[in-house]
Amino acid sequence: MLHFSDLFQYTDVFLSGLLTTVELTLLTTILGIALGTCCAAIRQYGHTVSQRLVAVYVELIRNTPFIVQLFFIFFGLPAIGLKLTPWQASMIALTINLGAYSTEIIRAGLSSIPKGQIEAAKVLGMNFRQTLTRVIFTPAFEKIYPALTSQCIIVMLGSAVISQISVEDLTYAANLVQSRNFRAFESYLVTALLYLVLAIALRFIFNQIGKRLFAYREVR
Amino acid sequence: MSLVNLHQVHKYYGDNHVLKGIDLDIQAGEVVSIIGKSGSGKSTLLRCINGLEEYQQGGITLDGKEVTTEDIQVRCLALSVGMIFQNFNLFPHMTVGENIMLAPTIVLKKSKAEAAAVAKAMLEKVGLAEKFDSYPEKLSGGQQQRVAIARALAMSPKVLLCDEITSALDPELVGEVLKVLEQLAQEGMTLILVTHEMNFARDVGNRVVFMHQGKVWEEGDSKQLLSSPQTDELKQFIGAVL
Repeated sequence: MLHFSDLFQYTDVFLSGLLTTVELTLLTTILGIALGTCCAAIRQYGHTVSQRLVAVYVELIRNTPFIVQLFFIFFGLPAIGLKLTPWQASMIALTINLGAYSTEIIRAGLSSIPKGQIEAAKVLGMNFRQTLTRVIFTPAFEKIYPALTSQCIIVMLGSAVISQISVEDLTYAANLVQSRNFRAFESYLVTALLYLVLAIALRFIFNQIGKRLFAYREVR
Repeated sequence: MSLVNLHQVHKYYGDNHVLKGIDLDIQAGEVVSIIGKSGSGKSTLLRCINGLEEYQQGGITLDGKEVTTEDIQVRCLALSVGMIFQNFNLFPHMTVGENIMLAPTIVLKKSKAEAAAVAKAMLEKVGLAEKFDSYPEKLSGGQQQRVAIARALAMSPKVLLCDEITSALDPELVGEVLKVLEQLAQEGMTLILVTHEMNFARDVGNRVVFMHQGKVWEEGDSKQLLSSPQTDELKQFIGAVL
């Protein structure tokens, strides 16, 4: 027999967990894409040394498990005097992780821009910053927008791991509830559905933003 | 004083010696056509004039100022040299109006209203006033190229460099672009064109420069040069294209 009604008394626990996950997701998505954008621009247009540094960062993050990155930041860094709260450590770990993956994605977008676009901006007298923000970014992001959206959702789902350092997110709530009432099936099923709703909502938000940013595609 | 002056310009791509000592002197108001086989260095020459390509020896001056590829220099140059490309290079995410207004607003710091007025005037000039709010992809190649001309003109350049600007167009669209150029020439704009349009070079141009193997092989008055070429190479070239 299944007893979903046993979860009702824990509604607040689920809601507060959901809120933490949403909060962290929104923050790290914004910060992660910002970080990825900067790194991608350096990787594509920067000097050799800074290009290498970004490459090392990207490869380091993409070739190690997220949970190890998280544990290193939370349990490892205090050894050199950097003590972070679980929430701070998670925020940093998620941002760095998304930053690395989105660097490669955004760079693919940047390299898809024909050289002629940059030359056209140059002969019109624009400086590099103006060229990047006015001429390159919009078409570049348009090309990789679906991939970037998926990556943000992957990171959101991966954030379940932060319950391991006792951040009270959605997964933490599920663990807590099932340890109290032993309704593992119900508890994790509801949690899975909540993640599904979150993923759909995040994709919806991305699509809405995309429609605005790339409106020129619609009117074509 | 000449508007554009090239003195013994040499350019190498690695070991490849592309420009072998170019001397050229262009006066304000002249329409100069640079012709020659592909690989003869004509586009490279054009791109050296506005600093898109660097050169290794010699000197180029524009209105008395030296041309280098230093970023800041390119931007100063942009204020006096306009360039139009074979592939138009309009910005796809902006309307025609926004394409033309962008540089005047962010480079020349004109107000939106002022830039819009200039954009409209320039579109009028190229016969596309009604396309102000269209996106480039909705236009034909010829229309896109005319927008690109309007975009360059909005910066009120002293010289307009045209890099094979009709080569990517369907044959029936070439005429509308050349007509705009002819009108500009009549208004006294200095034009330097890399072109394969021999009729245009002869009828509208003042001067033809024939490039061969990285050198100015032959140059002179356009009608005279094209009707009675002196060198075998030019004779052969004219025979091949006409």
